Formats: sequence, C-alpha cells, structure tokens
Amino acid sequence: MPQTDGLSAQELMRSKDAGSERRSTVLTRFWSQRQAKVGVILTAIVVLFAFVGPFLLPWLTGYSATEFAARPFQSDGLFGTDNLGRDVWSRFLAGGLNLIIFSVLATLVGLVLGIAFGMTAAYAGGWLDSLIMRANDVLLAVPQLVVALLAVTVLGPQPWVLVIVIGVTHAPRIARVARSAALNVINEDYIRAAEMYAMPRARILAREIMPNITGPMAVEAGLRLTYSIGAIASLSFLGLGMQPPAADWGLMINENRIALSLEPAGVLLPVLAIALLTIGTNLIADSIAHASANTNAGGQ
Amino acid sequence: MIVRLILQRLAVSVVILLVVSMAIFFATLLLPGDPAQAILGQQATPERIAAIHEQMNLDEPAWKRYVLWLGGLLTGDLGVSAATSQPVSALIGDRVGASLFLMIAAAIIAIPVGILVGILAALRRGRATDTAITGVTLVLAALPEFVIGIALVSLFATVVFSVLPAVTMQPPGTQVWDFPAQLILPVLVLVLVVSPYIARMMRATMLEVLDSGYVEMARLKGVPERRVILRHALPHAIGPVAQVIAIQLAWMAGGVVVVEFLFRYPGLGQALIEAVNYRDVMVVVAITMIVAAVYVVVNLLADIIGILTNPKLRTGGGQ
Amino acid sequence: MAKARQQQTVSSRSGGTAWHARVAGDEHILEVDHLTISATATGRPVVTDVNLDLKAREILALVGESGSGKTTVGLSILGHIRSGLMHSGGTVTLYASHSEEPAEMMSLDDASRRHLLGTRVSYIPQDPALSLNPGIRVGKQIREVLDIHEYGSSDAERAERVRSVLREVGLPDDDAYQRRWPHQLSGGQQQRIGIAMAFAMYPDVIVLDEPTTGLDVTTQEQVLETIREMTVTNNVAGLYITHDLAVVSEIADRVAVMLRGEIVEIGPTDQVLRQPQHEYTRRLLAAVPDLAGRNQIGKLHKMDAQTTEFLTGEIAVLSEEETTRTAARRAVTSEGVALSVRDLSLAYGTTPVLRGVNLDIQAGECTLLLGQSGSGKTTLARSIAGLLGDYTGSVEYRGEALAKSTRHRTREQRGQIQYIFQSPFSSLNPRRTLGQSLRVPLEMSGELSASDQRARVRDALDAVQLGRQFYDRRPGDLSGGERQRAAIARALVNTPSVLVCDEITSALDVSVQASIISLLHTLQSERGLAMLFVTHNIALARHIASRVAVLNKGVIVDDGPVDDVLDHPTHEYTRELLANIPTL
Repeated sequence: MPQTDGLSAQELMRSKDAGSERRSTVLTRFWSQRQAKVGVILTAIVVLFAFVGPFLLPWLTGYSATEFAARPFQSDGLFGTDNLGRDVWSRFLAGGLNLIIFSVLATLVGLVLGIAFGMTAAYAGGWLDSLIMRANDVLLAVPQLVVALLAVTVLGPQPWVLVIVIGVTHAPRIARVARSAALNVINEDYIRAAEMYAMPRARILAREIMPNITGPMAVEAGLRLTYSIGAIASLSFLGLGMQPPAADWGLMINENRIALSLEPAGVLLPVLAIALLTIGTNLIADSIAHASANTNAGGQ
Repeated sequence: MIVRLILQRLAVSVVILLVVSMAIFFATLLLPGDPAQAILGQQATPERIAAIHEQMNLDEPAWKRYVLWLGGLLTGDLGVSAATSQPVSALIGDRVGASLFLMIAAAIIAIPVGILVGILAALRRGRATDTAITGVTLVLAALPEFVIGIALVSLFATVVFSVLPAVTMQPPGTQVWDFPAQLILPVLVLVLVVSPYIARMMRATMLEVLDSGYVEMARLKGVPERRVILRHALPHAIGPVAQVIAIQLAWMAGGVVVVEFLFRYPGLGQALIEAVNYRDVMVVVAITMIVAAVYVVVNLLADIIGILTNPKLRTGGGQ
Repeated sequence: MAKARQQQTVSSRSGGTAWHARVAGDEHILEVDHLTISATATGRPVVTDVNLDLKAREILALVGESGSGKTTVGLSILGHIRSGLMHSGGTVTLYASHSEEPAEMMSLDDASRRHLLGTRVSYIPQDPALSLNPGIRVGKQIREVLDIHEYGSSDAERAERVRSVLREVGLPDDDAYQRRWPHQLSGGQQQRIGIAMAFAMYPDVIVLDEPTTGLDVTTQEQVLETIREMTVTNNVAGLYITHDLAVVSEIADRVAVMLRGEIVEIGPTDQVLRQPQHEYTRRLLAAVPDLAGRNQIGKLHKMDAQTTEFLTGEIAVLSEEETTRTAARRAVTSEGVALSVRDLSLAYGTTPVLRGVNLDIQAGECTLLLGQSGSGKTTLARSIAGLLGDYTGSVEYRGEALAKSTRHRTREQRGQIQYIFQSPFSSLNPRRTLGQSLRVPLEMSGELSASDQRARVRDALDAVQLGRQFYDRRPGDLSGGERQRAAIARALVNTPSVLVCDEITSALDVSVQASIISLLHTLQSERGLAMLFVTHNIALARHIASRVAVLNKGVIVDDGPVDDVLDHPTHEYTRELLANIPTL
C-alpha cells in the first residue's frame, strides 16, 4: 500500500513555503525600510558627535568648552563666540554627551518600572490590576514637564533628579502599553497550558509572557527615548536642567538666542543636533513598529 | 445606564484629583528650610517668623496642613508667594486666562487640522500624499517644542524673514488678545506640536476601519464611496480619537510652559518657571493643581464622548 | 413561473432584458470563462483558469478547503478583487435583468458596477458579526440598499419591502425589531439580516460565502431552509461557497470542487458525491465523517504528516485482521472507570453554565462529549482538566478526588490527565521551539534528567507522525495540522492515561481533521488511553468514540454507548439534533 497523507492543500502550501518565510525575521523587515536606514544614520551621526566630541575637543578646536576665547558674539573661530565669549564650536562638541547619557538612563528607568508594573497588572488581574491602573491615572494627571518642574523646585536641578523624575513619569505610559500587550498574550492558550503544567508564576512572566511582548516594548523604548531627549533638553533650555557654566545643547540654545539674528550658529547648531537626533530615534521607533506588526498568526 | 457610567467616571476623576493633591502637597514637605524664612528673606525677625507660622499654620501636623490647604484651594485662597509675599491668586489671576486662551486657540486649529489630515492620509493610503503626510508628521512628532519654536522664530522673526514678533510685549492693563500679531507664532508652535499626533492616530484608526468587514460589505452592497466613508467608516473612527485628543491637550498643558518661556508670553507657564527659579513652592503647587484639574476634566469629557458613541454601552451590551 | 412583481427603476423583470432572453432559452445567466487572478506582488496565480456557469433557480456549490481560492472566485462574480490581488485573465459575464446587454464584471467601470451590486448580484458574507455595521440599526441597514438603488417610487413602498423581506427570512417585521442594533441579535438572526439585505432588491445572482459557518446545527438547518426557499421563489441563481460536503448534498444542484485555485471537478451533485472522478474529490469525500460511520475516518491506514507527493496514494481502511488485533490489545489494558464527575456545577456570576453534571469516562475507551456553542462543554472539559477552579461538585480519578486546580493536584495526577486546546495557533508559544515547549511538562514534573526529557520529546514527536526533526522548528513555520500534532505530542510526553481533547479538530480543514482523528485512534488503541473527545460535530461519533454523552445547557441529557444514543436517542434535544444534521 503506498504511503498516504491527509494533508490538505493548505498544509501542502505551508510546508513548502516554510523555508522561505522563516528567513523574514523582524530584523530583516526592519532593515528593509528606507526610513529605518535614515533613522539609524541620523542617530549615529549625532551620537558620534556627542561621544567623540568632548575627547577630540582640545585637538580639534584649540579651546576648552568653558574658557573665554574672545568678545561675545564675534565671528572668531569656526562658528563664532557665544554670549560670554566662549567658542561655540567647542561648546557644541562638548554639549551632547550628558544629554544622551541621561536620556538613555531615564528611558531605562521608565522601561524597567513600566514593564514590571504593566505585566504584573495584566497577569495578576483583580484588585492589583485596578490599583496599579489607578496609580497610573494619578501619575498621568500632571504633564511630565510640570512634574519635573515640581521636582526641581523641591530637590534642585540635579542630574539624578532629572533622570529619576523623567523615568518615573515615563513609567505609567509604558505600563499602559505593556499591560495591553501582556493582556493579549495572557489570553492565548499557551499561557493557560503553562499554568496547567503548574509552571511557577514568575517563570511564566519571564519566559512565556515577556518574550512575546518585545515587539511593542521595543517600539515604546524608541518613542520614550525620543521624548526623554526632548524633555531633558527642554529642561536645560528652561534653565532648570544642566546648570551653567556646563556646556549643554539645551542650555546653549537659551543662552545664545538673544543674538539669534547676529550670530545664529550658537543657537542653530545645537538645535540642528537635537532635531536630527530626535528625528532619528523616532524613525527607528516607527520602523520597529512596522517591522513587528505581523508576527505569529500563521493561518486562520 | 449611561448616567451611571458617567457618574462612575466622575467619581473616579474626583478621587484622582484628591490623590494628586495629596501627592503634590506632601512633595512640598520635602523642601528643606523654613518656608517662613524663605518668604521673609532679609526681613526675617523671630516675631515676624512666628507671625507667618501662625498665618500659614506651619506648626500644625502635616495632615492638618493638607486639609487646610485643600480647603483654601477650593475657596480660592492659594497661599502666599514666597517671592513676592503676595497672595498667589493675585499673581496668577489674569495669567490663567492668557494661558487658556493660548491653549484653546491652538486646540481649535489643531484638532480639525489633525483629523482632516489624518483622514486624508488614510484615504490616499500608499500614494504620494500619504507618504508626504506620514513623513511630515513623523518628523514633527519627534521634535521637542522648543526646537519647533526656535525654528519658527528663526524662520519668521529673525534669520530668514522678519515678519512676526519673536517676543510678546504687553503694556499693563491690556489683554494678550489685543495684539494678535504676537499670538501667531506661539499658537502656531503649539499647533505644530499637537496636530501630528492627532493626525497619526486618526490615520491609523481610519485605516483599521476602512479594512473592516462592514466597510467591505457596504461597498459590496453598492453604497457609493462617499457615503461609505461618511456614514459607515467615520463614525467608528471618531471614538478612539477623542481619547487621543484628550491626551494631546494634556501634553499641551506641559508644552505651553516652554512656549510661554520662549516667547515671554505672560501666562501660567511663565509664572511657573519664575516660581521654580525662586523656589516659590506655593505658586508651583497651585499652578500644578490647576493643570491637573484641567487634565482631569478634559479626560472626563473624552471618556463621556467614548461612552456616547458606543452603541454597545448605550444599550447595555449584547446577547 | 414569474410572480407579479413591483416595478423597479433598476430592475425591470417585465421582459426584454438579457436575463429574460437567456432564461427563455434555458441558457446560463452567469458565465465565468478562463478566470485567472494573481497576486500583485509575486505574479503567482491564486485562481487559475476557472470556468463556471449558472442558470436561474440553480444552486452551484463551490467546494474547497482553505487556500483553494473559492472566496476569491465568489467575490470576482461581483467584480470585486481584494487588495494584493489582480485580475490577470478571463471574463465574468452576467446576463442581468436591468438591460439588454450582458455585463462583463471585470471590465466594468466603477459606477456601472456599483449599480449592479446589491441589485442584480448580491453577496452574503461568512461572518455576519463582522459585516453588519455595529453602529447602524438593522432595519436601516436593509433599508439602505433600497434607498441607494432607488427601489420603487415612494417611501412607503420601500418601508413595505423592508417588512416583507424580513418576513421572508423568518424575522419579526415590526418597527421595534428594526430598531435593534446588530449586537442585540443572535448569530443566526444576524445572518438572516444579511440574507434579507441580499434579497431585498430581487437579485438575479447571489453569492453565499459559507453563510452557516459558526451557527449551531439547528440554526444552520433553518438558515439553509430559508436560503432554499428564497432562491426558488425569487428565481435566483446561487453560488454557494462552502467546505462542508454534507451541506452541499442538502442544498446544491451542482457541485464544483476547487483545489489550489483550479476547478478539479464539476457536475451534478449526485454524480460528484456518489461517483467522484478526481483524486482530490475522492479523498475529500473519504475524509468527511458521516453519521452512519461508513467512512471510518478513524481507522485509516497510517497517515503521515510528511508530504511526499500530494496526490499519490489512496486512503485505505485498516484490514479486518488489523482491526481485531488492535481491539484485542485494547481489551488487555485497564478496565473500569478512569474519571468520574459527580454533580459538577459552575456559574459565571449569576449565569449558570453547568448544572449538576454527572459523567463517567471509561478507561481505555473514547467518550464523545457533544454540545453546541453555549452548552458548557469547554467549561466542563476544563474543569475536569483542572484549568478552572471555581466549580462545586467533584471530579475523581480512579477513585481519588482531584483538586480543582492543577496547581494543587499531585504530580502523578497532573501527568495522568492531559488536556489539548482547540486552537493550534494559540496553544504553542511562538517564541519557543517545539522541543522547548514540549519539554515543559517534563521539566515541571522533574522526574527525568535533561537528556531523558529530550529523548522522551523526540519519541512523542515520532508517535504523532511529525518526526523528531521537528524538535527545533518553531510553531510559526508549521501548518495548523502540524501544530495540532505537536500539541498532542505535548500531551503524550508524560504518558497519561486520560486525554481530554477540546474541539481539537474544529479549526482544521476536513482532510486534516481526518488525519488527526486517525492519529488519535491509533494512539488510543496503542496506549489504552481513556479519551474525552469534546465536539459540536456529532457526525464524528462513530469514527472515534465508543460512548456518547450529549450536553445541553449545562446538563447531560443523553449518555450511553454510541449505537444506543445515535439510533435510539432518549432525549428530545438529541432527537432534534440528529434530525437536523445534514447528511451526505
């Protein structure tokens, strides 16, 4: 008797296509988008300036970021001098490092808190879920910037204050997304199967739920990073972040804008840098969103 | 049924405001030093300090001070500013109007623009218009408010063209809206900050609805395209957008601070920055509460719209 | 033959049109010639060279499994092609009753086509819940078709037509009912609204896309009856798209079978079903479980999940000798009651779902638990398996009372009773390989070493005829049938004695179902498993089970050996169910 098979047309097509489909992972789908490439390049350029700038400073410009080079708002040097006569180019090269480091830290704080609370709320359900969600609502009732201002009033404009406050204000927004992503996963039968096999709850959270929400979480990470950069730069711009005489892009913009029509470089250079950086991270976040849009599913 | 849901939301909003007020108040207790000292500054004498303590109930236990402060809030007494020694309410009185005017003017423009642009992008999905809109909104959504502000100022007020004023100057006794030219740039900045999010959300929701089974069915019934969009698709896209709009308005309450600072606009945001610089806690706290109240109210309205537009909730669920 | 009809601006059935000419000459009113539709991205054909014809008053069934292209063909009759696909050849010609000229649907401009949709050719979609606008009242949705296509000459005429078509589909015609929202109707009622919308303008051709999927048996029978009546009285030609061959025999005059975009066989229903010409049709028919049990899909010759060449080989029933051998082996294994359920009740809030259920599952035998949607069958199965913890009553395994939740059961008990989920697309973690997912039960029971665990998993993969090379594959690469086999393998790694299968074939195509049933049968007889097979499809009874229990609204109404329950049902509900089952 010849071998029989009970496969339908559907099964046949799927097993034959399986090989080619497997190669299309999230990463390849991400990289195939033009906007992803643009985003990565823009971000990389600015990050390069920010990280390498401070170290190359002495050789590149001949000035440090805080010494006085000439009279204010002269056109000496590559990009002129700033409001106190310091070399703009030097201050620009030195001005991005702190911004990026603190933004990344703040985003990480937010992600850790947000994912932890969001997943717990989704998995625990019941009163714990309601409690966390209500706490979220309270935290969300005041805009991020205003909370930051309140914190600065009480605790002073110190970097760690900024990082913690921005991170903590990101957390409820991330928690919301994490919770809704986790709820989708928890509804799936493989979670029920894990519970049926008496898998410890912590392991279910870590090994079954979390790996399946990385898509939306990666998108959130990208978005939050964009907003962190914006928030920290804004606070410096308002004079409530990095304090003078430190070199900081946000601070520079505020210091030099009085002479915007005379010597625009002092304002426009850091503005351009911040703009390219945030656009870059946002493009990356959006590309991740497109790339992770259709996973799993399979047939209907 | 609806009334019950709305009352529930209302109750929740009130509770949230209460908790927020508690959190804010107790944050201020962290401030080192004696508030009376801060207010009096150079003129501090032991008698005057004691007098201020008496006046501001600084010797009472924390919870009692909270209740008294809350009571004061509700009756219009917002405390005394440490910087000017004036009642806070006098300080921020007319500024509230100015800021609200700015936000409302921006909202009136941004919401329809965002919605229409989003719908347009969805209807022209994949074509040049859509790509352009998606690109522009992506870029605008990424930029911090002050970057947009500086860019516009450079463009219209200083470097490129010099048509619009970069700074608001308002003679005492007049209102901001008496000088419309000064309002253009601040409002424009807020509009550009907020409308991209609305547009993106509208586009996404609209696409989802356009791909739905009932829209396809309407087309298969021979319904003309215009009616499909207006009668079958749009009503389902509006509900979720109300939520986003609420979030955007809340964001704007934060963004308005930066805009006011940038343009020296005499509003609450400006007052807030000054207060932070002087560590003037009572002012900061008062403004924060006002902002929170505005946010909660806007959110409540968005929830109500969501309830009213959902037939399932109106009839108490299906079978 | 022609009934007196209203005068309509778009359709004038009074004569002189293309429709009348064709009907008078007993010719086709719909001709699909060499239709080819391909994917825009790859150019690969989804529908290849399809030829179909319809005459007035005739129902042609278009049969195929998923991926066969039948919905694409159905939509093309309306001139509608889904995005991502394009028309790459052939014509669809409709001889409609609105004009003298026939209409070529594929090349018609949008405006003209729009005039035909809903009036001369209508569509009834598969899932009414998705295709009725949740924000528009049902009466309004029917009325809309009449308004757009300008039915009649007055408002009163249209209102009357809405009422009359509601009556025709067996729904109330009063204003109160018309003001309901879709979510206030049951699935069957929603579907009838869809049918009403389609027939409102007296169309010439109707395309029905699996309109009874998801409906319970009794409702399905009623809806089929309605469709039959409406097509006959209105002189409508119908294209009935389905995967259910039993329904085909009840309603269709002719049948066309589709496989991977091509029509492999077409002819009168009787001929195709009794004397199929094509391989695929034969295999499809052999895979359909029939109530009488003649097909014996449970006892098919060993069916492998590996594909060699699709159409080689035939389905053969086990020889007599092999059957007696397996029966003898089964007799040697355990006797007695494996699981017994006593007085189990459960309520969600105030709604009772299960009311005092008593059930015995015999060791080494398969019991079919039959129930329609809403009967509580999944709730019962999950309570037994320990996934739900808030019931009252008891479940005993070999005399020992079981804790309600698996977390409180002993390791032994957890291993002995296994549960398999309905959806193969949801029961495996997409981020884990099959090997990792299948090891979980062994890791949790902690008895074997890591390498022993791996060996056990590989054996299980072999036992379900997937093969040990699937150890490192991920679910996303697999088809529905393959995933379900993996899920079965996961249930086997702990060498259980009781298997609870919760509608595990309901989401699969007919032929895949047959192979899974055959696999279960093999496993059961080889290992002497006690099985509780939960399903809504009573036709499966004789193919897999030796006992049947019928669950209706939370109560077991009939319980006994297969032949007893099917031939001599004691309860009214069972009798009605058996009467309404479409038979091949």
